[in-house]
Amino acid sequence: MASQARKSALLFSGSDWDFAKLSRVYDEIEAIALEELRLDIYPVQMEVISSEQMLDAYSSVGMPLMYRHWSFGKHFIYDELLYRKGARGLAYEIVINSNPCIVYLMEENTMALQALVTAHAALGHNHFFKNNHLFRQWTDAGGILSYLDFAKGYIARCEERHGLAAVESILDAAHALMEQGVFRYHRPPKLSSEQQREGLRERLEYEERSFNDLWRTLPPSSGKNKPEARDEILAERKKSLNLPEENLLYFLEKNSLVLEPWQREVVRIVRVVAQYFYPQRQTQVMNEGCATFVHYTIMNLLFDRGRISEGAMLEILRNHSNVVFQPGFDDPRFSGINPYALGLDMMQDIQRISTAPTAEDRDWFPDFAGRGDWRETLLDAWANHRDESFIHQYLSPALIRKWRLFVLADGADEPHYQVASIHNERGYRKIRSALAHSYEIGAKRPDIEVVDVDLLGDRHLRLQHNVKNGILLDGESRDATLRHIRRLWGYDVSLAAVDAETGAVLGERSTKDL
Amino acid sequence: MPIFIDRRLNPKDKSLGNRQRFLKRAREELKRNIRDRVRAGGIADLDREHAVPIPRKGTGEPTFSDAKDSGRRQHILPGNKSFNAGDLVPKPSGGGGAGASAPGTTESEDDFRFVLSREEVLDLFFEDLELPDLVKLSLKQILSFKPKRAGFAASGAPTNINVGRTMRNSHGRRIALRRPKRAEVEALAQQIADLEAKPPNAKTHERIVALREELDRLERRRRRIAYVDPVDIRFNRFDPQPRPNASAVMFCLMDVSGSMGEREKDLAKRFFVLLHLFLTRRYERTEIVFIRHTHEAKEVDEHTFFYHTQSGGTVVSTALEEMHRIIEERYPASEWNIYAAQASDGDNFATDSERCIELLDRRLMRLCQYFAYVEIIDERESHIFGSTENGTSLWRAYNAVDQKWPSFQMRRIAAPADIYPVFRELFARQPDLRKSA
Repeated sequence: MASQARKSALLFSGSDWDFAKLSRVYDEIEAIALEELRLDIYPVQMEVISSEQMLDAYSSVGMPLMYRHWSFGKHFIYDELLYRKGARGLAYEIVINSNPCIVYLMEENTMALQALVTAHAALGHNHFFKNNHLFRQWTDAGGILSYLDFAKGYIARCEERHGLAAVESILDAAHALMEQGVFRYHRPPKLSSEQQREGLRERLEYEERSFNDLWRTLPPSSGKNKPEARDEILAERKKSLNLPEENLLYFLEKNSLVLEPWQREVVRIVRVVAQYFYPQRQTQVMNEGCATFVHYTIMNLLFDRGRISEGAMLEILRNHSNVVFQPGFDDPRFSGINPYALGLDMMQDIQRISTAPTAEDRDWFPDFAGRGDWRETLLDAWANHRDESFIHQYLSPALIRKWRLFVLADGADEPHYQVASIHNERGYRKIRSALAHSYEIGAKRPDIEVVDVDLLGDRHLRLQHNVKNGILLDGESRDATLRHIRRLWGYDVSLAAVDAETGAVLGERSTKDL
Repeated sequence: MPIFIDRRLNPKDKSLGNRQRFLKRAREELKRNIRDRVRAGGIADLDREHAVPIPRKGTGEPTFSDAKDSGRRQHILPGNKSFNAGDLVPKPSGGGGAGASAPGTTESEDDFRFVLSREEVLDLFFEDLELPDLVKLSLKQILSFKPKRAGFAASGAPTNINVGRTMRNSHGRRIALRRPKRAEVEALAQQIADLEAKPPNAKTHERIVALREELDRLERRRRRIAYVDPVDIRFNRFDPQPRPNASAVMFCLMDVSGSMGEREKDLAKRFFVLLHLFLTRRYERTEIVFIRHTHEAKEVDEHTFFYHTQSGGTVVSTALEEMHRIIEERYPASEWNIYAAQASDGDNFATDSERCIELLDRRLMRLCQYFAYVEIIDERESHIFGSTENGTSLWRAYNAVDQKWPSFQMRRIAAPADIYPVFRELFARQPDLRKSA
């Protein structure tokens, strides 16, 4: 009886929060999430921070630990200005993909907001981090914090030993290549443990000890100048260096002839950080959609069970609708597609299709339309997709109509945009694949790879930019970035723009001309 | 049950180190900004916070990025109202479909100004003046303060407890809450002991039980009402009071005849700013008087002083006379510390130099704490003149004064780094400002 009475009581009242309330709310939310949504989460660590600390966290890319670099200071000044001027609010929370999952709560939040944030971050994001295949395969949630701790200490020690300027110049150069510093197609090597690093060092020492200069004096094979032989040598060379290589930072770290060991380690740190964030960028819609769907569902369940008051629910809904607000393209507030809104709508759409499908839905989604087990479908989608494949798989005509999506073709040399597809029978599939494609990170950013270098010759590093749809690189930033690459490589670097379809060379830029 | 950690009390300025690195990176640009500020603003304006635009040079973070004006793209947009497939839509001018803006790239960045603290501003200002570190430190120091008793406070350091006041509060509270006194308790105990010593009977027994209860009640009450409670404690309160310092007046004298160009004025201005900084540190109140002269001298406001040119000959003594007149009129030497800084290119009417010597020697140097003269020369000339005795007529004349008066300083300057040595003596003489009581 008593427990019944307590159960129907409100979890909290008023807007002030304290740790007892937070804990009570968390337990309740977790119970619902595990029972009703069958989520599977890392243990949670909630940290209450002030707004200044939130700003601090912003500037260090949301991580609790980060090495020092001036660019973070620049971002801090920028964020702080926006915040102080009231141009931008702060996030209510930051959640870190680590084990245990760390959730930052702002102290300024009201209790209702804290409940919302708990459901959103501590359950929604947490589940996604733990279960999505990208995060499972590509990031090491257990090791990231200790790695960052190592990185911070290592870079600080380097600064002490080699001077700020020397470390800064390496970091600047490496930061410029962060976008090109991830493995997109094969898994990154695991963060090596201390032991493995030790082993590597020993092996290098052994190689140095057993080096024999005599091998170098062997006469070269004959017929070196025949064209076939040259091709063969070229192929051999590329093979030995594993070319072409899309991860420029990795290539430079392993093969640069001018980097000292500590510089290699610094490059490596930047590369590891870039790789760590790569899955997050590929799953923005899904990640936010998952978290938003979870908080929306849980909060409504709590309200239906009478565990939160109408006032609190109203506040929660107001914030929720702010978050998922999607203005039309002609609205002055429009700034692209809101991932929260798209994610939530798609997931609710899946729920609808599972339980109350129309004939059209049965046509489009025979796998799960009308099966009724929307939880299973969602859990499966969260675990096995990224934004691009998720949209490809699940964006329904009903949703396209609801959003009134359309595709605008934009040729740089034409004075007009052309409306390519709209929400009609002919357009659904085109819109769907265009939207999915726009979330393909690999397609969105310039595709640049190392194609050749003659280590025994002039050591000229040749990069190739595979130009898609005629989209070239911005000249100014390209030259500046090339200079950074030259700093890491030590010798001249050239970048050739090659049309991905025709293979025609569109232009070449070398650091010699800079 | 999750783990909760309250991080609010953790140190806040985690990104301070990053900020410093950023400022260092943008040093040149910020320095130029502050220099422009000095050039355009008033002498007394430098010594505070300044908002500056976020510097861009050297702080770009280039990456490979797509050129906006090439290739074919597709935009997927929500909210179609009237378009049909195949419709042509004119492009908005200025390139539509702008993505999220990153710091350092947007047009509107000019609006973004961030605030440099006073210290950071001074650091940038001192940069090429080549001041010794100790001087920099004392110039950055705000007025020294002395703690002065100012009543009582309910919180403070244990060393500042005011025992008298605390005990008085405690006493009052004990009376108000009727805390049993020790004497009362002892009397009661005595009474019980007396009764117990007597042969027991029912009546005394009853009495003893009652008394014991009473005793018990009193002791409990004594325990509950503390003798000295935290609410009683009072601390001595101290207010920082600025050191009682006299006032100073600073005379800026400058030749504004045509021969003083932009560069000369800029150097002179820095010279004045530095002296002013020094005076504001040392004196509670500092006033500045600007006197400019050609063949006649006039007191003017700061703007006129630096920005209006006037044609005419050069008669330096007129400025000294004007200064003397103002001192007589407004700044009696008994109440004011008088400092003077004169900047000139050394030109003077040949016969006038004698008069200058006389004015300084007889009258002004007796009134002034310090008189600094800088002669601004061309950088090419600096090799020739160096420290040779010969020079312009004014230089030779002042040389005579210099030898007689230790508080007179003169110097030829060609670059900002030359300014400080003029003041070396002055800064060396200063009492230790950093010692606070």
